Amino acid sequence: MHITIKYFGQIAEVTQTEEESLEFSGSLVSELLETLHSKYNTLKNKDFQVVQNQELISIETKLTGDDIALLPPFAGG
Amino acid sequence: MSRYNRHIILSEIGQAGQDKISNSKVLVIGAGGLGCPVLQYLTAAGVGTVGIVDFDVVDISNLQRQVLYGTSTLGKNKAEAAKKRLEDLNDEISIIAYAEKLTHKNAVNLFQQYDIIVDGTDNFETRYLVNDASIITNKPLVFGAIYKFEGQVSVFNYKNGPSYRCLFPNPPEKGSVANCSKIGVLGVLPGIIGAMQANEVLKIILELGNTLSGKLLCYNALTLQNSTLKIHRSDETIQSVLKDKENFHKKEIDINCEIEVTTVSIEAIISKNNIQFIDVREAHEQPKIEGLEVTNVPLSKLENNLDKLDSAKKKAIFCQSGIRSKRAVELLQKLDIQNCYSVNEGASEIKIIIKEHHKMLSNER
Repeated sequence: MHITIKYFGQIAEVTQTEEESLEFSGSLVSELLETLHSKYNTLKNKDFQVVQNQELISIETKLTGDDIALLPPFAGG
Repeated sequence: MSRYNRHIILSEIGQAGQDKISNSKVLVIGAGGLGCPVLQYLTAAGVGTVGIVDFDVVDISNLQRQVLYGTSTLGKNKAEAAKKRLEDLNDEISIIAYAEKLTHKNAVNLFQQYDIIVDGTDNFETRYLVNDASIITNKPLVFGAIYKFEGQVSVFNYKNGPSYRCLFPNPPEKGSVANCSKIGVLGVLPGIIGAMQANEVLKIILELGNTLSGKLLCYNALTLQNSTLKIHRSDETIQSVLKDKENFHKKEIDINCEIEVTTVSIEAIISKNNIQFIDVREAHEQPKIEGLEVTNVPLSKLENNLDKLDSAKKKAIFCQSGIRSKRAVELLQKLDIQNCYSVNEGASEIKIIIKEHHKMLSNER
């Protein structure tokens, strides 16, 4: 399946891109995260939530092929 | 002509709407980058009672974005300085300055005196405090947060909607997210995000349009990409805050933005002498590190085992992922113990790097 992933804030600094697309054969969001963790070594130090199709989801959710986004919390004010 | 004429001639607002604004009470936590535009627009709009909480003083580096202040207010308390400026903007409303820190002790009592709370703080500890106190007092919370060129806006605890904890259940581990205003920020960004927060406040007061309850607006000032993400309420999360209500005033927050943790990569220190390697993982955690002299002191027992630290050596501290090691360094720095470094790599990576290092050494022989 073809998946587009968006990165916000500090996560985009880890990935060095705000968006990428990749072919993925797994079926769960958690499996996609494992792939991303091995691709981006320092991602494991970051806090974020996962968004699929503009909706916050748990990582046990099935991938639907819609856009995924990794959303970190911001502290600044 | 009346001060609020341009509101009143809007059929959606009218005199009745303006009366609602005049009768409302809004408490703004933090009079910094976000707080300044929020306060400015709410005061101009005629919100009847505006409360300002900020213990900090105006610094020259604030003036790039905190538009209520100027060179004449440098060194003055922000809540007091903002009140003075805002009273000139609108002398028909009541503005109350709280020149103090928001704490678990004073938050609930303070929040009870207002209708809507606005979060303009700059650290996670206070954001979770504001969120939990809003849940306990059942007040809508207009949330805004920024990072460099990006902002987040939402409305929490409103009409049975989600809270900040439904989005991010717990504060990030200390040291994993830059916490204070030391990282740069585009000056106009808090202006944009703060104005959006003021807009949410006015919509709640006027019961107009759609608020961001159940949604998180993400704004990027560089790409102008806006995403509105759906957030779901977690009753369990909100109940657990309410369950602990009786103990809330006893809690304490610990903001240590001033401590900078020095990090180091294992490769930079592996062949150096005069370094004590300290593993702060619990005894059962795998993998064990071989081929390196390691002192084991779990983070949970660190404070009681300071005698295990070699004061003559530099201390390289590691754990499973690099998060606990940072906390250990923070702790040691607070105790005034010098020469502590957090190793960037986690134990599994360290193990591989050491193995390769030894292989290389034996090949050289």
